Amino acid sequence: MTNLSYPFDSDYILKKKRSLKKELLSSGNERIKKRIAVLGGSTTNEIVNILELFLLNYGIEPEFYQSEYKKYWEDAVFGNEVLDSFRPDIVFIHTTSENITGYRFDMSASKEETETRLNEQYRHFEEIWEAVKNKFGCPVIQNNFEMPFYRMLGNSDFSDYRGKINFISRLNEKFALYAQNSENFYINDINYISACFGLEKWHDRSAWYMYKYAFSTSAIPEFSFNLANIIKSIFGKNKKMFVLDLDNTLWGGVIGESGQQGIEIGSETGVAEGYTEFQKYIKNHKQLGVLLAVNSKNDYENAISGLTHPDSVLSPEDFNIIKANWESKDRNIEEIADEISVLPESFVFADDNPAERNIVSEQIRGIAVPEINGIEDYIKVIDRNGYFEMTSHTADDEKRNEMYRANAQRIQSEKNFSDYGEYLESLDMNAVIDKFDEVSLSRITQLTNKSNQFNLTTRRYTLSEIKAVSSDESYIKLYGRLTDRFGDNGIVSVVIGRTENYSLHIDLWLMSCRVLKRDMEYAMLDRLTEICKSRGITRIYGYYLKTAKNSMVKNLFSDFGFKKLTEEENGNSSYVLEISGYQKKNRYIKINTNGGY
Amino acid sequence: MQKDAILIKLTEVFREVFDLDDVVITPDTVADDIEEWDSLEHISLISAVERTFKMKFKMKEVSTMKNVGEMIDIIAERTKL
Repeated sequence: MTNLSYPFDSDYILKKKRSLKKELLSSGNERIKKRIAVLGGSTTNEIVNILELFLLNYGIEPEFYQSEYKKYWEDAVFGNEVLDSFRPDIVFIHTTSENITGYRFDMSASKEETETRLNEQYRHFEEIWEAVKNKFGCPVIQNNFEMPFYRMLGNSDFSDYRGKINFISRLNEKFALYAQNSENFYINDINYISACFGLEKWHDRSAWYMYKYAFSTSAIPEFSFNLANIIKSIFGKNKKMFVLDLDNTLWGGVIGESGQQGIEIGSETGVAEGYTEFQKYIKNHKQLGVLLAVNSKNDYENAISGLTHPDSVLSPEDFNIIKANWESKDRNIEEIADEISVLPESFVFADDNPAERNIVSEQIRGIAVPEINGIEDYIKVIDRNGYFEMTSHTADDEKRNEMYRANAQRIQSEKNFSDYGEYLESLDMNAVIDKFDEVSLSRITQLTNKSNQFNLTTRRYTLSEIKAVSSDESYIKLYGRLTDRFGDNGIVSVVIGRTENYSLHIDLWLMSCRVLKRDMEYAMLDRLTEICKSRGITRIYGYYLKTAKNSMVKNLFSDFGFKKLTEEENGNSSYVLEISGYQKKNRYIKINTNGGY
Repeated sequence: MQKDAILIKLTEVFREVFDLDDVVITPDTVADDIEEWDSLEHISLISAVERTFKMKFKMKEVSTMKNVGEMIDIIAERTKL
């Protein structure tokens, strides 16, 4: 819903929240359900109402627990029955500078006393996080602290150890340090959000005195949006790819008319500087694992000539795909999605032309189309939307661009073979298929949250759930990593099976679409049956839970040779395989183990 | 602003905030008359009124306002040229 992407009209959202909610609930979009516990140090009702809208818009249907007013610490540390039985998927600690009780304005305080107070204040919060981790093992989101609305020491409040701003800044630093050293712990940076909003408008004392809202209700949409971005990222709903126009988007001017010399990029003019900074901003995303594509109405040669301009920050090699032609842009987007096996709903389409934006957002469901108007605002509008909010960064993220490039080479090489088997042979594929190991757990978690198409049950796991599965011997859990002569594909497949007596029930079977039609799914099945045999398991039960996106694997178990047991009206079905007669299916991949099984 | 005009605009705000298309308010309307108007929604209502009429209630007024009529009086006072 465009009303709910940045820049949005906060007044409108606050006023229309009820009808917006109805509209979102009736949209028919696919949604995942999540339980979110909000432990507040101030009133949270309206924050939760508005957060719900943004989450629904991201395809997450939340159920909330809200602590009694200001009972955040007691709820977390001592627990209570309602919260315990709620079993949160996420705990959000909504505290603000109003909850800093350890600071006292005291000009006679010594440095040591202040230090002690600071550490005690920090411990108060650390206790919460540790308690939540031990009890629920779920992700924790914690606000840092916003700056106060007055300064006893004026500018020295920042630098003097007795100043409150000094105290808050140091406390924020300690929070950051904890976040750096903990998994599953995320800071909601309200220090930044309040600054963006404007501290003077943010602090609304009557809202605090009368209703115990820690900041102005007008700031709630921006606050909740920022929080929703963290949550959607944790649940794997980030965008994955930039699809970019060229003329007046990545450089100023129209290259088809003015030629390479005539476009604005570099530092000659203010406009050129703007485009240069925007190109840098886009290029930096590659380090986050974001993919890049060009989608431009231009002759291909002109597109390349613009990207090889001596001052261009981006070069043709930075892009995974370049579509420069006279096709309609929505067509091009569908082709890009096909070629790279990424759903178009995970694209961000940036184009200066409102007409093109309109066509694309009408035609491509779920795609993000930021309203960029004027190069001076491109970065702001895109950045504040939090499309790529980073909550985990695995080694595979950094390599992703490289992997997709290797994939393009594979496609090229495939064209040189008349026989597909011959092509697979030539890839010289090696796979490690084995038990989850410690270093792979975050990538495995990420995959369970990101994979939509080749995913039989679409079960989402948090890191702590994956850890639990990993250490529970009643589960058989396999990951598969595939390498070939073009490079390392990283971890591309995950299977989790639960043993019950002599049977194995497959809770999860997923594979990255990057490695479709490579025999990798056969290799996984071969290895799974082998492990089952060694444990005396005689049957494997498979389940297909239909979603809007996983029709690709509707017949996977049948293709594997499983017998269909049931099929429900909603398309869900179940299957069984008798292991005794199983014949190995993988022909082209050499299998290695890491000693796990 | 004229009080009748305020009442008409205020009715719109009530309808939007409580999502009740046909709610009718008079100067005598109090919170108990509208089911959705509880203490939690009171703040949403006050903020929406403030934004619509581009004015601010004083804290004291919010806590002593008895009915819609008093609300209108304050708005009229504050939006006087």
